[in-house]
Amino acid sequence: MEHRIIDQQLDLLRDKLLLLGGTTEAALERAMRSLTARDSDLAREVLEGDKIIDQMELDIDRFSVEILALQQPAAHDLRFVISVAKITPILERIADHAGSIAEAALILNDEPELKKYIDLPLMAENAAEMLRTALDAFTSEDAAASRRVIEQDKVIDKCYHRVFDELITMMIDNPVTTASAAHLLFVAKHLERIGDYVKDICELNVYLTEAAFIKHSPRLEAA
Amino acid sequence: MTTLTAACAFGVIAVLIFVLGYIAFQGISSLSWQFLVQTPKPVGEGGGIGNAIVGSLILLGLASCVGIPLGIIIGTYLAEMGDGWFGTIVRFVADTMIGIPSIVFGVFVYAVVVLQQGYFSTLAGALSLALIMIPIVTRTTEEMVRLVPKSMREGALALGAPQWRVTKDIVIPAAMTGIATGAMLAVARVLGETAPLLFTAFGSRFYNIYLDEPMASMTVQIYNYAISPFEEWHAKAWAATLVLVTLILFINIIVRFLTRRKY
Amino acid sequence: MSKISVSDLNFFYGKAQALHDISIDIPEREVVAFIGPSGCGKSTFLRTLNRMNDTIPIARVEGKVMIDGKDVYEPNTDVASLRRKVGMVFQKSNPFPKSIFENVAYGIRINGIHKNRADLYERVEKALNDAALLGEVKDRMNTSAFGLSGGQQQRLCIARALAVQPEVILMDEPASALDPIATQKIEELIVELKKQYTIAIVTHNMQQAARVSDRTAFFMLGKLVEVNPTQKMFTNPDEKLTEDYITGRFG
Repeated sequence: MEHRIIDQQLDLLRDKLLLLGGTTEAALERAMRSLTARDSDLAREVLEGDKIIDQMELDIDRFSVEILALQQPAAHDLRFVISVAKITPILERIADHAGSIAEAALILNDEPELKKYIDLPLMAENAAEMLRTALDAFTSEDAAASRRVIEQDKVIDKCYHRVFDELITMMIDNPVTTASAAHLLFVAKHLERIGDYVKDICELNVYLTEAAFIKHSPRLEAA
Repeated sequence: MTTLTAACAFGVIAVLIFVLGYIAFQGISSLSWQFLVQTPKPVGEGGGIGNAIVGSLILLGLASCVGIPLGIIIGTYLAEMGDGWFGTIVRFVADTMIGIPSIVFGVFVYAVVVLQQGYFSTLAGALSLALIMIPIVTRTTEEMVRLVPKSMREGALALGAPQWRVTKDIVIPAAMTGIATGAMLAVARVLGETAPLLFTAFGSRFYNIYLDEPMASMTVQIYNYAISPFEEWHAKAWAATLVLVTLILFINIIVRFLTRRKY
Repeated sequence: MSKISVSDLNFFYGKAQALHDISIDIPEREVVAFIGPSGCGKSTFLRTLNRMNDTIPIARVEGKVMIDGKDVYEPNTDVASLRRKVGMVFQKSNPFPKSIFENVAYGIRINGIHKNRADLYERVEKALNDAALLGEVKDRMNTSAFGLSGGQQQRLCIARALAVQPEVILMDEPASALDPIATQKIEELIVELKKQYTIAIVTHNMQQAARVSDRTAFFMLGKLVEVNPTQKMFTNPDEKLTEDYITGRFG
C-alpha cells in the first residue's frame, strides 16, 4: 500500500519547507544586492518580505504539529517531521539575518562608499550556495552532500576573519570610517552566522537519513 | 416481520393456554383432597390417585438418579474428548436412542428384565425410564458444554489447572443452567410416559414402596381411567391429568430456581 | 542469564509451519512487545512459552524454549507448574462464572498455595491490589465477576494470574477490546508490574507497544524479523520490513 494518507501530508510539508527555503534564499540574495548595488528600495522590499516568511514559519509549525498529532508518524516519517519542524525556525532566523543586512544596507547606502565590496559578496555567495545545496541535499536525503556542506562552512569562517581584520585595520587607519566599517562588520557577522545555521540544517539532514545525531560531536562530523 | 413473529408467538401461547385451560376446566370438578390421597376404588365408591402420585415420584426419582448423572457424564465426555471415532459412535447411538419410540424401551426391559425375573417391578419401570432419559441428557449436556467459551477453559488451564479440574470446576458450572434445562426436558418427558411402564412397572392399586413389586404411576392410572366406559372415571382421568401437568410445572419452577444463574 | 531463552524454535500445525527458527532472549523484568500483522505467528509464539498450544492435537514444536535454564519442552516438564510460573492474560477477558473472590482464589486453591483461610484472603486481596482493582471491588467481593466492566474484568484476570505468584506474565492483546481509559489503566499496570515480573505482550496497537515495552520484536510470516530496543524500533529500525510495517506501508 504505497498510497498512505500520511504521504500526501508529508509531501505537502516538504513543499512548504522548500518554499520557505527558496524565499529565504531570495531574501539573502536580494539583501546582498541591495548592499552591493546601493539599492535602498530593494532593501526595503526585503524588510517588507520578512513578514511573509514569518507567516510561512507559523504555517509549517502548525502543520507539523497536526501531522504529529493526527498521523502519529513513526521511524523515517517521524524523523522527517521532526527535521522539518527544526529546520523551519533555522530558515526563519536566516531570513532575519538577511533582513538585518538589508537594514545595514539602508544606512550604508546613505554614506559614501568606503571601498569596492569583494570579500563580503564572496562570503554571501558562499553562504547562499551552502544554503541551496543544503536544501537540495535535504530533498534528496543525501547525507554525503550535507557533510560536504558542513566542511564548506570553514571557508566562510576563514573569510569572516579576513574581513574582520581588514575592517579593523580600516577603522584604526581612518577613524572617520568607523561607523560604516562597524556596520559592515555586522554584515560579515550575519553572513558568518548564516553559515553556522546552514550547518545545523545539514546536521538535521544527517539525522533524517541516518538517524544519527552528529551535533556537538566533532568526531562523527569528520566521518 | 415483528408483527408476524409476534402473531406466531401469540398463536402458540394461545394454544398452550387453551390446552391447560381445558384440562383445568375438565379436571377441577373431580379434584379433592381425597382424590389426591386415596387409592383407586370401584366405580361409584370414589377413590383417587394417591398411590399413583407416590409411585410416579419413586419411578421418576430412581430413573433420574441413574439417567441424569450418567447422561451428564457421557455428554461432558462427548464435548470435551469425544472428537475421535469412539465419540462419533457414542453420539450416533445417543441420537438413535432419542428417535426410538418409548414403547420399544418398555418392550426391551420387559424382555430382558421382567421375563427373566418373572414379575413386574418398580426397578424395571425405572430402568426403562432411565434408558429414555440418558440420550436426551447426554445430547443437551454435550451442546451446553460445547457452548462454554474456549477462552474460559484456557483461563483455567493457564493457571496450572489439570484438564479434569477445568471440566469439573469451570466448564460444568458454566454450563449448569443449560444442563439443568436438558435434565428437565428429560424429566418432563418420562413423567408423561405410559407405554414403557405398562410392560415394566405395570401398575398397582395399592400404596407400595417395594422396588421389586409392581408400582402404580399417574400415567398408567390416567390410561386405566380414560379407557374405562364410566363417565365418573373419565372425570378422574382429567383430574389426574391436571395433577400431572401441575407437577411437571412445579418441578420446572423448582429446578429453574435452584439452578438460576448466581454469577 | 536470561529469564527466557528461545533458540531455533519451529512450530507446526500439522504440516503447515507457523513459526520459523525463532531465537530470542528475554531478560528478567523486561517488557517485550510482539508486534506484526495478523497471522504472523506472534500469538502462537507467545503460547509456546507456557505450552498453551498443547491443547491443539496437531501442533508440534521443535527447538528449545528455556525458562530459568530449563527446557519447557522436556518430556518430564510438569506443565501445570510451568503454567503457574508463566501466567497468561488473554485478549478477551475470561472471568470464571464465579464470584470476584473465587475468581482470584481459584488458582490459589487448585495449586494449594494457601496455608489457611486467612492466608487465602490475604493472597486474594494482595493480587487484587497489585492489579489495581481492590479499591473498586472490595465491597462486592462475593458478587458475580460478570457484573464488572470490561476493563475491570481484564484487571480481574490479571489479578487471577498474579495470585499464583508467577514470574513471567504473557499477555495476548490484553487491551484490544477495551476503551481508551481502560486501556490506559492496563498500560499503567504493565509498567508497574514490570518491577516484579518479566512480561511478554502481544499487541496490534503500536503506540501501546511503544508506550509500555523496553524492547519490541517484529514478526512477519512466522519469522522474527527484528528485535531491538523499542526506542530504536520506532525511530530507526534496522530492517526495511519493520519500517514499512510500523509506518503503515502495508496492512
